[in-house]
Amino acid sequence: MKDFPKYLLSRVGLPESHTLRTYRAQGGYAAIEDVLKKPWTPEQVIGVMKDSGLRGRGGAGFPTGMKWSFMPDITKDPRPRYLAVNADESEPGTCKDRVLMEKDPHGLIEGCLIACFAMRAKAAYIYVRGEYRLSYNRLQAAIDEARAAGLIGKNILGTDFSCDIWMHKGAGAYICGEETGLMESLEGKRGHPRPKPPFPAGSGLWKSPTTVNNVESIFNAPFIVKNGAEWFKSMGVPKSTGNFLLGISGHVNKPGVYELPFGLTARQIIDEVAGGVWKGRKLKAFFPGGSSTGLLPASMADVVMDHDSVKAAGSMFGTAAMIILDETASIPQVMDVTARFYDHESCGQCSQCREGTQWLHQIFRRIAHGKGSMADLDLLVSLSNGMAPAKTICALADAAAIPTLAAVKHFRHEFEECIRLGRDPLRQDTQHAPELHEAHA
Amino acid sequence: MALPQKLHDEFTELVTHYPERRAGLIPALHRCQEELGGWLSPQTIEDVAAFFGLEPVEVFGVATFYPMFRLTPRGKHLVSVCHNISCTLRGAEELLAHVCHVTGSPVGGTSPDGKFSVVRVECQGACANAPMFDLDGVYHEDLDRAKAEQILRSCK
Repeated sequence: MKDFPKYLLSRVGLPESHTLRTYRAQGGYAAIEDVLKKPWTPEQVIGVMKDSGLRGRGGAGFPTGMKWSFMPDITKDPRPRYLAVNADESEPGTCKDRVLMEKDPHGLIEGCLIACFAMRAKAAYIYVRGEYRLSYNRLQAAIDEARAAGLIGKNILGTDFSCDIWMHKGAGAYICGEETGLMESLEGKRGHPRPKPPFPAGSGLWKSPTTVNNVESIFNAPFIVKNGAEWFKSMGVPKSTGNFLLGISGHVNKPGVYELPFGLTARQIIDEVAGGVWKGRKLKAFFPGGSSTGLLPASMADVVMDHDSVKAAGSMFGTAAMIILDETASIPQVMDVTARFYDHESCGQCSQCREGTQWLHQIFRRIAHGKGSMADLDLLVSLSNGMAPAKTICALADAAAIPTLAAVKHFRHEFEECIRLGRDPLRQDTQHAPELHEAHA
Repeated sequence: MALPQKLHDEFTELVTHYPERRAGLIPALHRCQEELGGWLSPQTIEDVAAFFGLEPVEVFGVATFYPMFRLTPRGKHLVSVCHNISCTLRGAEELLAHVCHVTGSPVGGTSPDGKFSVVRVECQGACANAPMFDLDGVYHEDLDRAKAEQILRSCK
């Protein structure tokens, strides 16, 4: 693979990479200093973010600069405004933001300051999933260091810019990664997503204008401000610019989190970045961007890994969390596991999702255990079409239904074989743990 | 009963981070769980409700929504084994069976000596280092049976 410039992970390997001292030695906080002292206008910051073409790294790929520009005009709307950083990384297969938060927390803090300046936000709340204790502790320590250095709080760097950054811990609910579920949770409630409109920029946290951005999106901001939109656009492909963090897991020799430019094929990533499919086996299928993105068969591994190409192939780039399945993997078993997840995580507000995720799970489970019927395959399809697209308050129902349709489309023969044989020929008999009735945390 | 003074003081500071007091609720429940025996007792729920000016049922409704909050007592050590897709592909079920064997706890229960509780959990964001478990708030990754056993046996 050709060499390419890297920036996202440029500091993570340094000794004490999480400290202010290391961050400063690498030119850290120079971008916010430039913004405040030159000074830039908030509109100029939003302008460079827009021009860079940065697309959000939290799954939807929405342009970050455009999202920032949705915040209302401060001269007409004096309500306090907020940034919420979505650090509730919970999409199965996704483990990238954790690397940034544990190893380079000051990069995220500087990004928050730039974003808050651009959107005239009074404060940023970093909503970290409760399980990420090290991320939380590292970020809290970094916030304390930055506050002591006059980088957070009142009159930052002696200017009239004031901004607070607060840590906030979630408690294990996947749905709080959905932006309106996140806001409900941050307000101290059950994480029930809100109907849209109103959109967060109009009425978000405490009914104030709010923007919710993914960790990696915010982390890109200081680099873009420092190096410019042209630099950013020189990387990647025209409609997906910059580098991204890839998480790759499952049946590969070198699972990991890697910084890559857009434009490589899935096959190149599997073979040249992740060391190939493990144990010398062949590729069967892969999730391109987390378990909510439709499974693609090995025959489609030449798809280019960028937002639009993966979409054209019938799936989604998502959070760039590739999950690799080798030839021995059982698709019915894989779908049983992923359907169980959505069943567990549905918040229960919408009946299509509350009931649908449970049905999908039960059907996949019985097929995977050799108790399915051929009619079940049509039932999976009709149920999924009743759940998605866009039939519910949020996209969790879609996240369960769309991969179901993809699995039945590409791997119908595997489900049919399980049903015909009355067992899953690929299931390996493993030890089973003894379970009490209430088995799930 | 009321919250211990230390927690009361912490929460009094915590709520200053937000324009509305209630926003401190979930972080406060975490702290209570950490400090008060690893679970949220009915008494704790009442005390937290009183602090936030909420009805206990409202706090209970929040606590039951979030999988990290435990409403029943557990063993001294909590082992949370990820059973989501990336971990399953790399042997999570075998790992879980072994964890139960070593600790003497069934999944969703507690060992007879009260030392360990074992639960299944969904994706913990350690997918590139699967399989894994969280032991008392610390991730242990790239596990195999031997490594898991060594970690569990070193628990006091």
